[in-house]
Amino acid sequence: MNDMSRVERAVEIKQTKMECRDCHVYYGDTHAIKNVNVDIEDKTVTAFIGPSGCGKSTFLRCLNRMNDTIAGARVEGSFMLDGEDIYDKRVDPVQLRAKVGMVFQKPNPFPKSIYDNVAYGPRIHGLARNRAEMDEIVEKALRRGAIWDEVKDRLDAPGTGLSGGQQQRLCIARAIATEPEVLLMDEPCSALDPIATAQVEELIDELRQNYSVVIVTHSMQQAARVSQKTAFFHLGQLVEFGETGQIFTNPEDPRTESYITGRIG
Amino acid sequence: MPTLWLVLFLLLLSTLGFFAGRARALKSAGGDPRKLHSLPVYYGLNVALSGLVPALGVLAVWLLAQPMLIDTRVSSLLPEDSIPADLTRDLVMSDVRRVAEGLDIAVGQGALSEAEVGALKAGSSDIRARLGEVGVALGSDVRPEVLAAARSYRALSHTGTLVMAAVVAGLSLAGLAWSYARTHRDYRARNVVERGVLALLILAASLAILTTIGIVLSMLFETANFFGLHDWRDFFFGSTWAPNFRGDSELSILPLLWGTLYISLIALLVSVPIGLFAAIYLSEYAGKATRSFAKPLLEILAGIPTIVYGLFALLTVGPMLADIFGKGGALGVDWMAGATSVLTAGVVMGIMLIPFVSSLSDDIINAVPQSMRDGSLGLGATRSETVRSVVLPAALPGIVGAVLLAASRAIGETMIVVMGAGAIAKFSLNPLESMTTITTRIVSQLTGDTDFASPETLVAFALGLTLFVLTLGLNVLALYIVRKYREQYE
Repeated sequence: MNDMSRVERAVEIKQTKMECRDCHVYYGDTHAIKNVNVDIEDKTVTAFIGPSGCGKSTFLRCLNRMNDTIAGARVEGSFMLDGEDIYDKRVDPVQLRAKVGMVFQKPNPFPKSIYDNVAYGPRIHGLARNRAEMDEIVEKALRRGAIWDEVKDRLDAPGTGLSGGQQQRLCIARAIATEPEVLLMDEPCSALDPIATAQVEELIDELRQNYSVVIVTHSMQQAARVSQKTAFFHLGQLVEFGETGQIFTNPEDPRTESYITGRIG
Repeated sequence: MPTLWLVLFLLLLSTLGFFAGRARALKSAGGDPRKLHSLPVYYGLNVALSGLVPALGVLAVWLLAQPMLIDTRVSSLLPEDSIPADLTRDLVMSDVRRVAEGLDIAVGQGALSEAEVGALKAGSSDIRARLGEVGVALGSDVRPEVLAAARSYRALSHTGTLVMAAVVAGLSLAGLAWSYARTHRDYRARNVVERGVLALLILAASLAILTTIGIVLSMLFETANFFGLHDWRDFFFGSTWAPNFRGDSELSILPLLWGTLYISLIALLVSVPIGLFAAIYLSEYAGKATRSFAKPLLEILAGIPTIVYGLFALLTVGPMLADIFGKGGALGVDWMAGATSVLTAGVVMGIMLIPFVSSLSDDIINAVPQSMRDGSLGLGATRSETVRSVVLPAALPGIVGAVLLAASRAIGETMIVVMGAGAIAKFSLNPLESMTTITTRIVSQLTGDTDFASPETLVAFALGLTLFVLTLGLNVLALYIVRKYREQYE
């Protein structure tokens, strides 16, 4: 029985969720991303690593069109989500972002109650017909965010009053409350202490069962711990992309090896 | 004139002191600036400042004190019986000062010589006519006692000015000599100059604060005078504003306060939504190019003098409203008698406040961290949903503060209501009637012939103080709210 489910999962991992081809991003005159090709697989954690300013966050923000909100940013290339181009004119970026959720570097709970923070997404997308359904969605999201036990008695307390690690897990719960298919995380642990980081990493590993997760990180240990696929960016280019174990033990490109061993970065 | 020469002389002395001090410092270091404690220029500045600052300080105090002392002295010289029954000692003294001043001018222009001034006799020589020739008009013929007093006034001023010049120049020289003597390569001139700069800055800051205290105190004294002449219960709790310069006025603040608050309310109803929406557009939607041209354009509105807004109210908005609501107007009703009304003033004042509200709210909205917006947009919210449910709630305390600041400006606004609101003090809910405000009544009570001993005039100070307390309270509340909000994200 157990063996059966494992086999099933191994088959699912092969499915490609997002397919990015010939991607370029410009900020005004700056060519920030140069010709990047990446396949994001379903139910997999994909890590983007690379030195600061290498474009990994920029590329992440292309995946749910958050670069649209930045004046002067221009995106070229094809980004397919389940075979549909997300930059197509007919695609509504607002609905896309409900499918491709995002968690940011700094925990950014809204100045509202914990309940309202989680209910925010479902409310704007009309996912609940009544209060009871909303309660259910909020509880489910908080449970999946591994924070339910800590906040279940104070759902009316402001989200800003939680500790940093709790805030970040609240933000993850908030992002998964809209049932996204892909979850983008931009250095989700960089503002957290080691204990909170461990909790969030554990959570990311659990989220893999339901979502495709893309995580940008500065910590190579973190990438090695949580991801199955790793992409190494350098100066706006994708240098190497492959199985995490492969990248960390036997990189093909000398630049990847230099970065992993700490000679550049 | 002698004062100007004196100041120029002090400046010259200090300039010389600057070069002398610098040269002495360099000499003490054997011509090598590296061996000095401070840069050579600091030694020069140190000498110049010690020549200038104490001397100028004494000069300022002397200029303030001398006329007062001489006045008292000359006034005591005037015998009691020389003052006519219908005049007070103060009035006679102002005659004396005027004659003395006239003689000074006559001598200065060469119309009279000092000897001729000494030979003038009150009865025979026609002083009034001769002073009239040099442009000093006297109200009546000069009586002998006044002439005598004017002579001694001149003599005392003359001596005083001479002594002042001597003392100030001596002080300056002493200061220069003292610091010149102390100038040496190890002297810490830089630190002394630094303390001088600090003192200058403190002086500037305390002048502003002292002026505020002075304004409040003068208002308080005059208000106390007013309450000595008029019943405070009528002022605060009466219902009628009917000043009557023959006495027996009813001076109640309540109808004026009602007009003020009503007009301010309308102004806020106009300015808050428009200003806030403009701020939201500029900070959340507008691109860089639009913003860089629309924001200054909006802020030009803030630079228009309020009297121009008053003209706009009087000539454009008022007649336009009268065309709509007045007799034979577009609506066919007869609700509005003239162009001046609460609505006219309120609308124009609202337009004036738009840039005020929008630029304050814009700052506050921009202070909401971008991560809040990202979080909301990342969840699939549209821009307006983000503004409505995340940005505005986060910025709300600051926006409330901005609105309160706008309200305190509306309450204190004068020119627009003088021209647009009318002059009738009454309680009415109809915004198409003319009403009046505290500020317009202050203007009308203090313009024209005024007697600063009657309650009808002094009431202006009580009104002013009330206005001051009202706006101060609003400002304090607004600043408190804004500050409390700022801490949230820092």
